[in-house]
Amino acid sequence: MNRLLTCLAAASLLAAPALAQQEESTAPYAYRQLDDPAAEAKAQGLMETLRCLQCQGQSIADSDAPIAGSMRSLVRERIAAGESPEAIRGWLIRRYGDYVSYAPRVTSLTWPLFAVPAALMLLAFLLLRKRFRRGTADMAGDDA
Amino acid sequence: MTPPQDSPQVGRWAIWLPLALFVGFAALAAFMLRHPADNTVDSKLVGQPVPQFDLPPALPGRPGLDSRVLGNGKVHLVNIFASWCVPCGVEAPQLQALARAGVPIEGISVRDTTEALNQFLDRNGDPYQRIGADDDGKVQLALGSSGVPETFVVDGEGIIRYQHIGEIRPEQLDMILAKVREAQQ
Repeated sequence: MNRLLTCLAAASLLAAPALAQQEESTAPYAYRQLDDPAAEAKAQGLMETLRCLQCQGQSIADSDAPIAGSMRSLVRERIAAGESPEAIRGWLIRRYGDYVSYAPRVTSLTWPLFAVPAALMLLAFLLLRKRFRRGTADMAGDDA
Repeated sequence: MTPPQDSPQVGRWAIWLPLALFVGFAALAAFMLRHPADNTVDSKLVGQPVPQFDLPPALPGRPGLDSRVLGNGKVHLVNIFASWCVPCGVEAPQLQALARAGVPIEGISVRDTTEALNQFLDRNGDPYQRIGADDDGKVQLALGSSGVPETFVVDGEGIIRYQHIGEIRPEQLDMILAKVREAQQ
């Protein structure tokens, strides 16, 4: 009995500072959708392509981190004020760099990511065409 | 028509190529796993003017934080903190030392309550000239800050000169003071 009381006392001691240090998410639109469904859909589309800065594998649409709540509220309020999603993305990229966006941009650093697949496709097309040409030519030769 | 024949010498070596590639890949993976990537997100606003904001007071009877205070000719430290943030308590003695050294420290308390903030300051001391309440975290985002604590050195012109991510540890005090002196020039 005594031991149980000690345990309870210890538990309440541990719990007290945890309660005192609760982080409050007070941003108005962190968990509230916009009334206009079209605007909310626009905001949702943008939120799914923005990185949560604390839990970096998640988008801010998926994350329960308070800073993600702040970012969602920022996105929704700016969309409601008539700002375009790409302008909001640009505003965040100016502050946090490309890292904050999941939608890759073509820059002097990233252009090979877009160019190499296209170049490989073209190369494959040229090689295959040559091979198919030869194949049909051979068949034509066999027929004759 | 006979298929083109590789010379046996080349063939014998080529057979090891996939294994060599695999070993190289495994070595790279092992190396990268032992050296995890640095995931700190630093503000791109260093070297640029501090964004404009006007935060209401976080504590009754104390001034809030208007960005016009920054850029009044003096170098300021802008400390982003919160009562719920454990490392913020860890850096408190260092902030006290900086305040004693005559550096004005302006606080931005993020997503906090008056009651919790008062408890935090009672516990850790209060080095702040002003504390603005950033309840929805907008000013934190405007500054390009991705967490707490963070400390910005803002020069007399209102230009952000340095961003310190994480708590200021005792051994970093001299470095911060050097950044402040640098910003004074």
